[in-house]
Amino acid sequence: MHRRFDDELNALKEKLVRMGTTAQTMTHLAIRALVERDEKYCQDVFRHEETVNELNIVIDEAVLKLIALRQPVAGDLRFLVMSTKIGSELERIADQAVNICQNTHFLLQYPLLKPLIVTPLMADVVEGMVRDGLDSFVRRDAALARQVLETDDKVDAFKDQIFRELLTYMMSDPDTVHRALALILISRNLERIGDHATNIAEDVIYVVGGKDVRHHHEEKKRG
Amino acid sequence: MNSILEIKNVNAYYGVFHALKSVSMSVRERAITAIIGPSGCGKSTLVRSINRMNDHIPGWTISGEMLLDGENLLDRKCDLINLRKRAGMVFQRPNPFPISVFENVAYGPRIHGTVSRRELPAVVEKSLRATGLWDEVKDRLDTIALRLSPEQQQRLCISRLVAVEPEVLLMDEPCSALDPAGIQKIEELMQELKKNYTIVIVTHNMHQAARVSDETGFMLLGDLVEFGDTVQIFEAPRDTRTEEYITGRYG
Repeated sequence: MHRRFDDELNALKEKLVRMGTTAQTMTHLAIRALVERDEKYCQDVFRHEETVNELNIVIDEAVLKLIALRQPVAGDLRFLVMSTKIGSELERIADQAVNICQNTHFLLQYPLLKPLIVTPLMADVVEGMVRDGLDSFVRRDAALARQVLETDDKVDAFKDQIFRELLTYMMSDPDTVHRALALILISRNLERIGDHATNIAEDVIYVVGGKDVRHHHEEKKRG
Repeated sequence: MNSILEIKNVNAYYGVFHALKSVSMSVRERAITAIIGPSGCGKSTLVRSINRMNDHIPGWTISGEMLLDGENLLDRKCDLINLRKRAGMVFQRPNPFPISVFENVAYGPRIHGTVSRRELPAVVEKSLRATGLWDEVKDRLDTIALRLSPEQQQRLCISRLVAVEPEVLLMDEPCSALDPAGIQKIEELMQELKKNYTIVIVTHNMHQAARVSDETGFMLLGDLVEFGDTVQIFEAPRDTRTEEYITGRYG
């Protein structure tokens, strides 16, 4: 049976997808500004941030309205509650992209410390996590969401690698400290984006199957 | 928690119509068990067969076991009068007797001979207090029960059951004739009653099942499709048919 409620849920889902692709684009543009040493991409990031913030509010309002009026249960309830959570995660991803731009703005005032190799690789993996997290949400694909969870270890390894490498620069030449720190902060921003993508994937697994996989919750419940 | 009523592989027929298909479930003591499902799914049939209300219907046959504290209610030797004292029924429309409030409640203890004449007023008071009705009617115990509001009448019917100290209260759509305020009172009352009694409620109103019950069973076309913890059923049902029904996609 077709329900008008389904149309309302689909409209909400579309907004989340729009918010997600915008946040993903912001991450991409922020790293592009860093790699191509061109601040014009940062301007686009700041512009997109307004859209994301607006959608965050619109989505929360829509969820509250639908819970109040429809008293959803089961899959509908899980979808609605997780929509606001996923909305918050996306908003934070957008914030991290803005932070990358701020660190980039600082870096671009100085000559290149070293060729960027690992950071773009790390950014690719993180963007992929955000994209797969969103895809798993749209397609209700718990298997894809689980892949996102597994990728998170790779991101942590990249961050450690970047830190170790830049530490050697800082120890050999104190003049490099401020630039190296900015790059370390950017790797930290990327790592946080990966964490938010992981949270989204956990939310998707809950929406699809009703299983809470956060902090090994299932195993703890079984005791 | 212990189960007080074990329903095992129950099949029932109205003539050739297979109304209950191998239904098995256990009802937890001092808990509220809700049975939900679309019209004609067998939920009322299930509850009515617990106190053998369908026995007189031509063509009615039932097999399997319903064990109340180990005694099979479906056994021919089971004493129906005693059974209906142990498992009392509340119906959709309040059905007080057209006699006084006091006599309505006193009726059960009198016919079962469980209470002496001297103790009767105390039992009536206690039963009316159990449903929160005492303060509202204590000054008009002689009033004809039909003068009470529908929701008060329903609480009177519950008091009438409580007076004979049943083990199980069976409620078949007990709120469907009541307004929202009345529904809320009965639902609050159910939470009080479950401290001392086991309740099985049949309801069309899914949200009522979600609000009041500890365990929920979903029935469809005579099958008990899913039975489990109410939170689980309404948060993450295991069977897609349950999901479709409770989210309004069925039909």
